[in-house]
Amino acid sequence: MYDFAYHRPKSVADAIGLLKSKPEARAMSGGMTLIPTLKQRLARPSDVVDLGGVKELAGIKVEGNNVVVGGMTRHADVATSADVKAAIPALAYLAGHIGDPQVRNRGTIGGSVANNDPAADYPGAVVALNATVSTNTRKIAADDFFKGLFETALGEGELITGISFPKAEKAAYVKFPNPASRYAMVGVFVAKTAAGVRVAVTGAGATVFRVKAMEEALAKNFSSAAIKDIKIPADGLNSDIHGSAEYRAHLVGVMARRAVDAANK
Amino acid sequence: MTAATGIGARVLRTEDKRFLTGTGRYVDDLPLARATYAYFLRSPHAHAKITSIDISAAAKMPGVVNIFTGKDLVDAKVGGLICGWVVKDKHGQPHKAPAHPVMAVDTVRYVGDTVAMIVANSYDEAKDAAEAIKVDYDVKSATIDLATALDKGATEVHPEAPGNLIYDWEIGVKADVDAAFAKAAHVTKLDLVNNRLIPNAMEPRAAAAEYDKGTGNYTLWSTSQNPHVLRLILSAFVLGIPEHKLRVVAPDVGGGFGSKIFCYADETMVCWAASRVGRPIKWTAERSESFQTDCHGRDHVTHAELALDKDGKFLALKVETIANMGAYLSTFSTAVPTYLYATLLAGQYTTPLIYANVKAALTHTAPVDAYRGAGRPEATFVIESIVSKAAAEMKIDAAELRRMNFIPSTAFPYQTPVALQYDSGNYPPIIDEAMKIADYKGFEARRVEAKSRGKLRGIGFSSYIEACGLAPSQVVGSLGAGVGQWESAQIKFNPTGNVQVMTGAHSHGQGHETTFAQLIHDKLGVPMDQIEIVHGDTATTPFGMGTYGSRSLAVGGSAIVKATEKIIAKGKKVAAHLMEASVADVEFENGTFKVAGTDKSVPLAQVVFAAYVPHNYPHADTEPGMDENAFYDPANFVYPAGTQICELEIDPETGTTEIVAFTAIDDFGNIINPMIVEGQVHGGIVQGVGQALMEGAVYDKGTGQLISGSYMDYTMPRADNFPSFKLGYKTTPCPHNPLGVKGCGEAGAIASPAAVMNAIHNALAPIGVKHVEMPATPLNVWQSIQGAQRQAAE
Repeated sequence: MYDFAYHRPKSVADAIGLLKSKPEARAMSGGMTLIPTLKQRLARPSDVVDLGGVKELAGIKVEGNNVVVGGMTRHADVATSADVKAAIPALAYLAGHIGDPQVRNRGTIGGSVANNDPAADYPGAVVALNATVSTNTRKIAADDFFKGLFETALGEGELITGISFPKAEKAAYVKFPNPASRYAMVGVFVAKTAAGVRVAVTGAGATVFRVKAMEEALAKNFSSAAIKDIKIPADGLNSDIHGSAEYRAHLVGVMARRAVDAANK
Repeated sequence: MTAATGIGARVLRTEDKRFLTGTGRYVDDLPLARATYAYFLRSPHAHAKITSIDISAAAKMPGVVNIFTGKDLVDAKVGGLICGWVVKDKHGQPHKAPAHPVMAVDTVRYVGDTVAMIVANSYDEAKDAAEAIKVDYDVKSATIDLATALDKGATEVHPEAPGNLIYDWEIGVKADVDAAFAKAAHVTKLDLVNNRLIPNAMEPRAAAAEYDKGTGNYTLWSTSQNPHVLRLILSAFVLGIPEHKLRVVAPDVGGGFGSKIFCYADETMVCWAASRVGRPIKWTAERSESFQTDCHGRDHVTHAELALDKDGKFLALKVETIANMGAYLSTFSTAVPTYLYATLLAGQYTTPLIYANVKAALTHTAPVDAYRGAGRPEATFVIESIVSKAAAEMKIDAAELRRMNFIPSTAFPYQTPVALQYDSGNYPPIIDEAMKIADYKGFEARRVEAKSRGKLRGIGFSSYIEACGLAPSQVVGSLGAGVGQWESAQIKFNPTGNVQVMTGAHSHGQGHETTFAQLIHDKLGVPMDQIEIVHGDTATTPFGMGTYGSRSLAVGGSAIVKATEKIIAKGKKVAAHLMEASVADVEFENGTFKVAGTDKSVPLAQVVFAAYVPHNYPHADTEPGMDENAFYDPANFVYPAGTQICELEIDPETGTTEIVAFTAIDDFGNIINPMIVEGQVHGGIVQGVGQALMEGAVYDKGTGQLISGSYMDYTMPRADNFPSFKLGYKTTPCPHNPLGVKGCGEAGAIASPAAVMNAIHNALAPIGVKHVEMPATPLNVWQSIQGAQRQAAE
């Protein structure tokens, strides 16, 4: 990796101050993407601002009908949280199936969501549960947050402080892992909340997307039979040596049905 | 000997203490004072002319000590890398031998070809400087696809090999085989691709070298499977450093699978440059370098035909293969698809006539050479795939068709039509046992039950044979090998009775330090903790051929046994003197010399002490000391054989395959340590299943970029992909080596791809799928199912 200056601020304010004062600085939460990128010399930040020392960003709490997960909360903590398991077991399941134990003990929800890797798991939950992303400056609705490939609504000097997930009446996440990396090649999060039914797909496209046709069918009849004839167009879906766009489109249907079945169990 | 530690005992591996506690010593661990670090600039293009290399800016970068390019090697008259096996084509002409410069001079021929070596005070500084080297490339079209590499108009990789053809080789008499086909009741035809694999040893390749200006001695530490052979090649062909001035050390090495047999550009450069730089040099490959520059394995395109009579008896086999050599001929590349492949095409069967034609082709891809099994997995895949296909076509049970064609146990030694003479074996009890353990009879019921859950269940056989224990020197010499393939051992007792055993074999995961110690314990009665196995250093071990081709026990172990016999013979003379008896009356048992029919005895340790402190000693006819050497050249290959049965379920909605049961019954001859053998079989099966279901090197067919160049895209098998394996043994001891052993290192990988793919085809046949290529990834299986459904709809 190239040389960079390393900072470990203790507060959000200090972190933001550092990020704003150094135009080439990068924030690092768990580092599960940034560190490999640095090692491969694919990024050359002047400064790395490690958020690991910002205690106020980590933690899980229940606020009324919502579970609020701090931006620096590790996947392993979400996976094992009694509060998450009680309120939204599908979210705990998702967190428990990200990467491997090393990744789950380092990687954070804020880092994953801010990075918006097309194959990341969390964006599926954020969109399907209609979560709200809180930053140091504002609150952003899930539908407005994910903009495209590795692209989000976050501005310069803006950090995710927490994500608020409404409790779900029914929810499940089922993914088809890439055989090599085991990232989600297709992951479908299905949720039935007070706001209605949502079906969010990760891995298959440039960024997470909803399948409105399935949502409408499931709103009328929350069963896998209700969506069995809904075909997903392959246009615009990802294609690589592990899965053609057609295959991914097909898998969206299969994973969605399995997710609905799992949510009904 | 005591059952706890001798031959046949499940002794825990002595080397594991250091491996499991992080105290192994690998090349990268070496503390070398004043070390410099090397980084290799690799070609980003599959084929290009180098029009200029400008190192001036890089040379001024901080920490840079020296930069070398191909031109420096030309000026220094460094030789090229060699191919050590001359294969003669069907006209008797030696194979085409294109130049293999250690570093590219004016042309790069694959992505990863070596362009420059940067030596700096730190690795990062070397890497920084590499980015400042300006190389102007004139990019040319590249030949990447093997199937079309020999076509007219394909871009040539080397001018010395017109049409990219290295050789057009054959074995067998084509006219005889054609005549048999003309009379056949049934002919089964099969086109297949044996997918290209990337070895992925856990420890990447590494090298370090030091030059002693005072003595002119070089020391090269390398992740080598055969340090003596590496030294020989570097001395005699490449660098011209006299053998006695070059010490090659292969310390702890983390896996090789064949990829560390060969002499590579980077370790050659590290050694050569050490004297120019005047400080030690260290280099360890990054994982992406390993993907790009380790020799790859397999990579065949094959058409095969099997002729059968009306009852299913095999009449003849015809095989045509194009084998990928990559961009340069690696050390043993030419032998792999010929003498290690086509000579195995008889399998376990009495097929009377076999003809094989192999064309070796160059492509603008990484060199291809031996990889676990080397040729024999490819042969087994051809035979066992076509036999199962014939069984399905003729509606004969797959096991029954095999049994009907097995070489009978009474026919050994059995001369095959493809040169090999099998020494021993008894195949029917192996398949019987495998079917019993796999509950073959109950399969149909399990298939029906799986179907009720929406799963397609299949079962597949693979009955393999391999020739290993490489090899009788005279035989391989007559076939073009540049070396002998004996093995050496030295047993050196210390005066206090403990013993060091030097072997020419090399352990890089095989557990020699335990298995070989068990041999010594069994033969000489020395306690295990008094035995040290020494390997991997040309300065301390006798010249040896190293470890590959499942040879270490069959050949290296036999050399150790021969050396123990010399120790016992000498010990008898000393013991007879000490006991005042005639040598003829002295017997050796359980570590003790005894005079037959008396209660007189003297332990080996006392005899050893007497040999080093020879105050009372038979000086007239016996030298002092207890230190014996032996070299063992095998009389024949050894022929492990077995049957594997794979049972799996396919989810037709996703194309995902789950292996639900896997049975392997092997004949490895006598077994020294069953636990280590099980480990070898487990690892071999996993590698073979990896080939069948997951692994595949993918190059972009236009640019030659390695798409599967990291673990993000190259699928390695993992523990959770497998059930617990069911293993068993049916033993026929090898008749021609002193241990009766046959070798077990490659068997699992040789047999399992066919077992898996036969099970896949068995599972998918009911829904009309005719053929699935390896790797049967979920995408591949799903697309095959879609194709069959489209066909059915038309």
